[in-house]
Amino acid sequence: MKAKHQRLVLALFAVAGIAGAGVLGASALRDEAAYFRTPVEIKGGKAVVGEPMRLGGMVASGSIARQSDGLTIRFVATDGKASVPVEYTGIVPDLFGEESGMVADGRMRADGTFVADRILAKHDERYMPPQMGDMPKNMKAPKA
Amino acid sequence: MHAYANPTRFLAIARPLTPWLLGVGLLLVLAGAWAGLTQVPGDYKQGETARILYVHVPAAWLGMGGWTSLALAGLIQLVWRHPLSGIAARAIAVPGMLFTALCLATGSIWGKPTWGTWWEWDGRMTSMLVLLFLYAGFIALTNGDASGGGGQRQGGSLSRGAAIYALVGAINIPIINRSVVWWNSLHQGPSITLRGSSIDNALLWPLGLTLLGFSLLFGAIVVMRMRRIIADNRVGARLRRLADDEGN
Repeated sequence: MKAKHQRLVLALFAVAGIAGAGVLGASALRDEAAYFRTPVEIKGGKAVVGEPMRLGGMVASGSIARQSDGLTIRFVATDGKASVPVEYTGIVPDLFGEESGMVADGRMRADGTFVADRILAKHDERYMPPQMGDMPKNMKAPKA
Repeated sequence: MHAYANPTRFLAIARPLTPWLLGVGLLLVLAGAWAGLTQVPGDYKQGETARILYVHVPAAWLGMGGWTSLALAGLIQLVWRHPLSGIAARAIAVPGMLFTALCLATGSIWGKPTWGTWWEWDGRMTSMLVLLFLYAGFIALTNGDASGGGGQRQGGSLSRGAAIYALVGAINIPIINRSVVWWNSLHQGPSITLRGSSIDNALLWPLGLTLLGFSLLFGAIVVMRMRRIIADNRVGARLRRLADDEGN
């Protein structure tokens, strides 16, 4: 075996080792590196009442209701499998709306409502011209 | 592979190539910017803000592609001791870091009106910031190699430590790429995949221009920096010879 080949084998072993370590690390992190919890995880007992956490999901169609004080909104966050009612007092980002994604910082209340201190809008991976945005959902570009 | 190991042969190609890479790259970037700003509609939801993707996506692509080629150059130097690979790795580091910073900056500018925040510690943003720090570390490491410690490195090659650092850092690239798939994140999932694009064609085509244009500019910067490193090495070698002659 030439020295060159020895170095190649050594380097490949080292790269495989690094990649393996990376995959192990990433899979161990899988749950902990998540930026937010989804409603189905909360129903599965991942949320402790009163403990700060982040909830992410779609705003259910027709669920946004402005309360009489004019500042507080209530809506339902859903991931298709479960849903959680959310309450928030304050100004939401422009892109916050029904049938689009959002991420909320806050905590669960004992009655099962998520009380948010801050709301971010989550954008999805679809980009299209305005006239196509009005088209029925099933005619839009397929979700990747 | 060693046909271009000789810097003179490399320079014979690199010299005439530089103005072409630079000129065509600039033209394509300008054309892409013009098309992206005036010829396509805004997004149905984000409006005009979406146009930043014509800079953000190429910057992200080149930041990650830069480290991939830097790691390959490190591997080639470790295994084959190819004299130009170390020079290439050192030449790639600076524009790689520049485009990574550009990606983070444009992402932040887009994030404020879209998400409602400049910065969040989600998987995609955090791993991209790690890439920026990796570039900074590599540049510091190779500058240290060149300017002392064990003395001037022969012919601008990487120290073994720097080459291994380049390889180890490469593990971050698939993590950046998969971060939005493995972990739920604030950043959206990939728009452009092997199965097609979820960016409508009406908005997509200027991205092709800027992607190619910025890539050519990146190539131009790398070739110019490689030429500079080779010139530096020659000056260094000549000065040492002169000093030796005077000493005798």
